[in-house]
Amino acid sequence: MAEATTSVVEKSAERAAPKKSLQLNEKLIGILMISPSVIAIAVFVYGFIAWTGWVSLSRWRGIVADLSYAGFENYINVFKSYRFQTDIRNTIVFTLFFLLGSLVIGLLLAMLVDSRVKGESFFRTVYLFPMALSFVVTGTAWQWLFSPGTPQEPHGLNQLFHMFGLHVYQNWSTTSYVWPGGGWRPDWLRIPVGIPVAMIPVIVAAIWQMSGFTMAMYLAGLRGIPEDLKEAARVDGASEWQIFRKITLPLLQPITLSAVIVLGHISLKIFDLIITQTGGGPGFATDVPGIYMYETTFKSNKYAEGAAVAIIMLLLVSVLIIPYLIYNMRSETER
Amino acid sequence: MSTKPMQLPRIRYSRIIIYLVMIAFAIFYLLPVYLMLITGMKSFEEVSISRMWALPSSLSFDSFAAAWERLDVSFLNSIKLVIPATVISSILGSMNGYVLSKWKFRGVDAIFTAILFGMFIPYQSILIPLVLTLQKIGLYGSIPGLILTHVVYGIPITTLIFRNYYAGIPGELVEAGKVDGAGFFGIYRHIIFPLSVTGFVVVAIWQFTSIWNEFLFGLIITNSPEQRPVTVALQNIAGSQYTLWNVQMAGALLVAIPTLVVYVLLGRYFLRGLLSGALKG
Amino acid sequence: MRSKISILSIFLIFASILFIACGGQGGTPTASTGGTSQSPSPSPAASAQPTQSANQGSSAGENKLEIFSWWTNPGEADGLKALFEIFKKRRPGVEVINATVAGGAGTNAKAVLVTRMRGGDPPDSFQVHAGQELIGTWVVAGKMEPITDLFKQEGWDKVMPKTLLDQITYKGEIYSVPVNIHRSNMLWYNIEIFKKNNLQPPKTIDDFFKVAEKLKAKGITPLSVGGKDKFEVPHLFESVLLATFGPEDYPKLFKDPSMWENDPRLDKAIDTLNKMLDYANEDRASLSWADAAQRVIDGEAAMTIMGDWAEGYFINKGAKPNKDFGWAPAPGTSGSFLWLSDSFGLPKGAPHRENAIEWLKVCGSKEGQDAFNPKKGSIPARTDADKSKYDVYLRWSIDEFKRDKLVPSIVHGAAANEAYMTDYDNALNLFSANRDKEELKGMLLDAASELQSQ
Repeated sequence: MAEATTSVVEKSAERAAPKKSLQLNEKLIGILMISPSVIAIAVFVYGFIAWTGWVSLSRWRGIVADLSYAGFENYINVFKSYRFQTDIRNTIVFTLFFLLGSLVIGLLLAMLVDSRVKGESFFRTVYLFPMALSFVVTGTAWQWLFSPGTPQEPHGLNQLFHMFGLHVYQNWSTTSYVWPGGGWRPDWLRIPVGIPVAMIPVIVAAIWQMSGFTMAMYLAGLRGIPEDLKEAARVDGASEWQIFRKITLPLLQPITLSAVIVLGHISLKIFDLIITQTGGGPGFATDVPGIYMYETTFKSNKYAEGAAVAIIMLLLVSVLIIPYLIYNMRSETER
Repeated sequence: MSTKPMQLPRIRYSRIIIYLVMIAFAIFYLLPVYLMLITGMKSFEEVSISRMWALPSSLSFDSFAAAWERLDVSFLNSIKLVIPATVISSILGSMNGYVLSKWKFRGVDAIFTAILFGMFIPYQSILIPLVLTLQKIGLYGSIPGLILTHVVYGIPITTLIFRNYYAGIPGELVEAGKVDGAGFFGIYRHIIFPLSVTGFVVVAIWQFTSIWNEFLFGLIITNSPEQRPVTVALQNIAGSQYTLWNVQMAGALLVAIPTLVVYVLLGRYFLRGLLSGALKG
Repeated sequence: MRSKISILSIFLIFASILFIACGGQGGTPTASTGGTSQSPSPSPAASAQPTQSANQGSSAGENKLEIFSWWTNPGEADGLKALFEIFKKRRPGVEVINATVAGGAGTNAKAVLVTRMRGGDPPDSFQVHAGQELIGTWVVAGKMEPITDLFKQEGWDKVMPKTLLDQITYKGEIYSVPVNIHRSNMLWYNIEIFKKNNLQPPKTIDDFFKVAEKLKAKGITPLSVGGKDKFEVPHLFESVLLATFGPEDYPKLFKDPSMWENDPRLDKAIDTLNKMLDYANEDRASLSWADAAQRVIDGEAAMTIMGDWAEGYFINKGAKPNKDFGWAPAPGTSGSFLWLSDSFGLPKGAPHRENAIEWLKVCGSKEGQDAFNPKKGSIPARTDADKSKYDVYLRWSIDEFKRDKLVPSIVHGAAANEAYMTDYDNALNLFSANRDKEELKGMLLDAASELQSQ
């Protein structure tokens, strides 16, 4: 047995030796293959970030570029502003609930679809199709749905519920109320801390659009869980709930992680949806840094300040993403 | 690996509950589309936010015709944009994914991470330098410029998907290929490519949808009505002062048709692709 | 050996991709772009750099006229077409390109226009609000040619009101031709409701509150206000400012920023606005101005204060003037005409300068303005309009325009530059949501610092 292995090893060693030059060639080809992408990313991502950073330190306001050095003036202005603090709070609220909602509903739908009811592919298609729409369309439709009307003359969802006898009336999209009320905030903040109720329609719209995606991922994941594993557990007397908690969920973890990354990057960059659905209102209750940056740059012509907002957005994204990326990189190298 | 459906206690009562829940969700998902459909079939006088649930007085497709009139050129532009962009970014993603998952050289993971970071930058923040660069190389204001933009910014996600996909392919297959004397392209052509079909499907569907529905780049990079993609043309249906909602909603449905078709027809392949490891963490 | 062939084939594949990409539009030289398309060169100091506009397939060199606007609604699009027709008669054989960008209430168009102008690829002319929006954005950046001579040559300086021309002059020069005039300080009301309740359209602010009280007691929403388009409440406030400061002092607010401080009239105006909002619908943020106006003709609300494009909307919805809806100057502003104007200017480096100048002539001509305005639902900037072409409201407005005091609108680009406008809008939208008077005052005072450049 050992001799057989050794001879195989020797044989591959023999073959490996003359391949040395080919290996080098191969390495070269590999590098060549990815170099267009690497160069493109270097320019279009990192180069542009550097440019934006440079502009953020300048005095550029108005159409004509003015790149005289202004230090961190723009950053200070941004941080002090009411709008920016609101934006940060809103981004946190949105990301949290959007992610949570999409994952939970996605998992629920996946489990439902996986239970092999009749018409599975119909339901699956229905749940998945909102992904095909653009955020602009989603924002428009859901804006109409959440438009409250008045208690006497409800619109949208209110009207629908009304027609079925349920007298619920929400006016989330028209109020800047932050839950819990009382406008509590620490002294150093200018904005109330909590959940701006006007965010709820936006979160619902976003979940509506993307939960089909998480469903698809979880469905694939669920179907990848070996049945024998679960059978063995059942034989040992485990309940369905225990199986779910101890076997299914842990095995779905990598999927959850992937979904979090994909959804997370959408949520941190969110722009089209909010601008169509609420425009950032009422009173900045749904404003996010993406909108702030766009308006500052293209409406007020304050390029330097807009660049500062952009860099801050990037920094925030990095704070969240870089640890993940480094963790990913390390665990890859260990493999 | 046997995969049987999730076992449920055989009480019919729970089946009914499952059905009810699924139907409730289906209503949730279809409601906005229903709204858009009936609005698209109304005339402008009929359209009103306070009477949005009222059925149209007649099944008229006039708004759809009016919308199509404003969108037809852009539809072609979007197709000219999406197909090359999807194909090129998929191929690039596949090559990158292959190299980055199978080739061990120093810094390969650092490079992958550096590429991945590109996924997270907000597009507004690079609009100005992007336009300046495109102007410098003469591609500003044209569909090819838009294609280049989407290809470049699609590289991170396509690379991510393919790399994870290929990471699932056992290294021994590649080794065996090398032992048999195949070079880079040989391995790719004979081993990797045939196995990647479902990966390509996932990437293609994802890219097709993102690029078709994308608005900001389409708006800024094309500068004339003949060039603009369909999402920008759709926004243009919204007037400067008030919107013709019937035409707007009809237009939105028309714009959604290609991607809807893709999802309806290819949805199961998307699922299969996910199952075979694309996007697995 | 095989790998060398492979390397070659890689380069061939990439080269062909680049070939396809670059050879697409308008004959861009592939040789130069093929090699440099990946080179890092985003040089930040690129101001008006005349780049390869000829290579981009844009219209330089051919006999064209490219007009950039965001007029996509029926009515305005028709008006624009009418102007094109007149132009084509004067210059047959010129291809007119109607470049429109809608959405974002003009922000999207602005974004596109800025990128083009900075890249040295301006359209031949573009729609812009006459006044500080044009001046503060494009003129101070040196992107527009003065056309004062054209004004004198065409006699426009004799036929357009002097106050108007003063308010669009910068350092002695005029930079755009006003095509139309809209009025911002208008009150629209439902005639049925007023008749039934024996009410007259309010003339003063006090009248307004008396009428509003009566309506509120009857359960009718007195004032219908929108918010979704993010300009409705700012729009309302400028009428309040005008009513409080009067037509002499109101324009001074934008020439002398220090006027905002320590003037009790500002507090009074804010109070008035606050009280008015007490009589307005709570769901403002989810209604566009058109939705809010719709409530008036539906009989769900009594009044709305909005610019006179509302009239065009009412007509399109089948409502009849003086039967279904009536109008009056916004309370407290009778005798003042809060104007805004769409205009066209001459960008420096317009690719077809002669055609562009001819276009301006069409825009300023009696024939042009009388063809455009009836369709758009606005009145000409010229005072010699042929009134027979206009509907009953516009006829009334033309008369008012001749005799009222003209004052510039803030919200629609006449009185102040865009940085100020944005801050002003944000301040009022925030107020509409949180009704914090101190915050509003603070933000308005902060905004005033943006006025220094004027």
